[in-house]
Amino acid sequence: MNWRAVKAIVRKDLIVVARSRGVLLPLILVPAIILVVLPALVVLAPTATGLPTTSLDDMKRFMAAMPPGLQAKLAGLDDAQRWTVLALVYFLAPLYLIIPLMVSSVIAADSFAGEKERKTLEALLYTPTTDGELFLGKLLSAWLPAVGVALGGFVLYGLVANLTAWPVMGRLLFPNGMWLVLVIWVAPAVAGLGLGTMVLISGRVRGFQEAYQLGGAVVLPLVLLVVGQAAGVLYFSTGLVLLLGLLLWGVDAALLWWGKRTFRRGELIARL
Amino acid sequence: MQPVIQTHNLTRRFGGTVAVDGLTLEVYAGEVFGFLGHNGAGKTTTVRLLNGVLLPSSGSARVLDLDPVKDGPALRRRVGVLPETPSLDERLTARENLRIYADLYGVPADQVPRRIEALLETFELTDRADDLVGGYSKGMKQRLALARALLHEPELLFLDEPTAGLDPMAARRVRGMIARLSRETGRTVFLCTHNLAEAQRLCDRVAVLEHGRLLAVGTPAELAHRLWRGLCLEVELVPATAPTALDLLRRVSQDGEVEWREPVAIVRLPNREAIPDLVTALVEAGVRLYRVTPQEPTLEDVYFALHGGEEVPT
Repeated sequence: MNWRAVKAIVRKDLIVVARSRGVLLPLILVPAIILVVLPALVVLAPTATGLPTTSLDDMKRFMAAMPPGLQAKLAGLDDAQRWTVLALVYFLAPLYLIIPLMVSSVIAADSFAGEKERKTLEALLYTPTTDGELFLGKLLSAWLPAVGVALGGFVLYGLVANLTAWPVMGRLLFPNGMWLVLVIWVAPAVAGLGLGTMVLISGRVRGFQEAYQLGGAVVLPLVLLVVGQAAGVLYFSTGLVLLLGLLLWGVDAALLWWGKRTFRRGELIARL
Repeated sequence: MQPVIQTHNLTRRFGGTVAVDGLTLEVYAGEVFGFLGHNGAGKTTTVRLLNGVLLPSSGSARVLDLDPVKDGPALRRRVGVLPETPSLDERLTARENLRIYADLYGVPADQVPRRIEALLETFELTDRADDLVGGYSKGMKQRLALARALLHEPELLFLDEPTAGLDPMAARRVRGMIARLSRETGRTVFLCTHNLAEAQRLCDRVAVLEHGRLLAVGTPAELAHRLWRGLCLEVELVPATAPTALDLLRRVSQDGEVEWREPVAIVRLPNREAIPDLVTALVEAGVRLYRVTPQEPTLEDVYFALHGGEEVPT
């Protein structure tokens, strides 16, 4: 494996992304909303508006429907603390996963389909890199920043969540075991899911926008997780998160295996 | 002489379309080889096949004694390609573009800065080296793409329509650079073009391609000789002496015909050696002449003749 060439591809793609406002903007805005604005709103809004969370019947019904394991974790907390823990630790967890998914999808769309659109792929195909090196370089250029943003995002989220929750909780909420598994095991797998989907789509579309729009459907499983939690169907626990990660890694492996099969010079250049 | 490029019945099909059809040719070290054909004749597909970027449907090729199918990466390390579109990252600067491709081509790390600066200098891009390529003119992009193709000092250079879309000034500049490349470094250049004047100026030998099939290979003079026997001669006459001259010219003409475009008579002679005797005969017959000019068929004449007899010289 020619790592110098792989690194060059990653470097090139990252510089190109960093200089594209259309690509960079969602990479900054979405994490800012999910990791800063949303947790601050969720915790601070009831206090700021003077709306006591304990008065919400829905909230009480919801808590009563929680599985015993989770109820045990919330035992001894008052309603405001319960709401804070539920919102910051459980409800926002699937939303956090949108970040690595979105980052990897956007960069992969720009790297695979965007390269075709900008007509820069041909010169790359004439280099002495092998198909495998090209493919790996392209994967890493989307996956590494997605994982990096997810890790950095977790640190930021931890800070915001602990700061906003401190007046209610009087103690630190983060990091906890479930979130550590989420960040280290699931977030990279989710990044791989966005990436694998985009690799498959990019071969069949003409440009970045088309790829990104088609690839947007990959967020649906995460939306289902959010809805599932809100409906009381499932709860993020360490076990569930471990299982979810395993499932995602399996899907990633299948997508990337298939993507690698289609990522051949001859086929790529014939589609230019 | 050992050929640098050798193909045998090289064929590439895309579904029902045959893009390259049984191509057999040889290109020798140090020559500028023109690959001529209309748009869609199969020139770009041939370049892709010869670089192992596209796999042939049948037939074989050897380039620098390597098999493009099996030895693609090793071959591409020794070959430079200027694609039809410059294929540059417009969100990178010229220097960044070259730096990344130096890494991709495996240029020794300690030589990279020196080579980049030298190429920027050669291609007159030093002043704009740190500007984003998106702001470059077409000519500048083409020069940068050419610099990129030379970054790893390739033995063989493929240039696919290097002056297409350039204004006359930029095209002339790029042509000058190609001529210097071949003259000063002795590199073999495989030049795809449909610009016949460019090919005539730059190429030692040419191959003419039509619908993926090779129509002819040789020097422009060889091809002309193969197509037309003899030599075309223009004789500009003082009109008053034209009847005598035309009568005499008809007698010496190879095909017994003279084309008269007053005041110029065009006649076909068997060879150059017949010219002095003809001039003597005309003068002795009292014919007065302004000019006698042998007309070598141009590559354009050859090209159109090969493509079905259009615009064949008289």
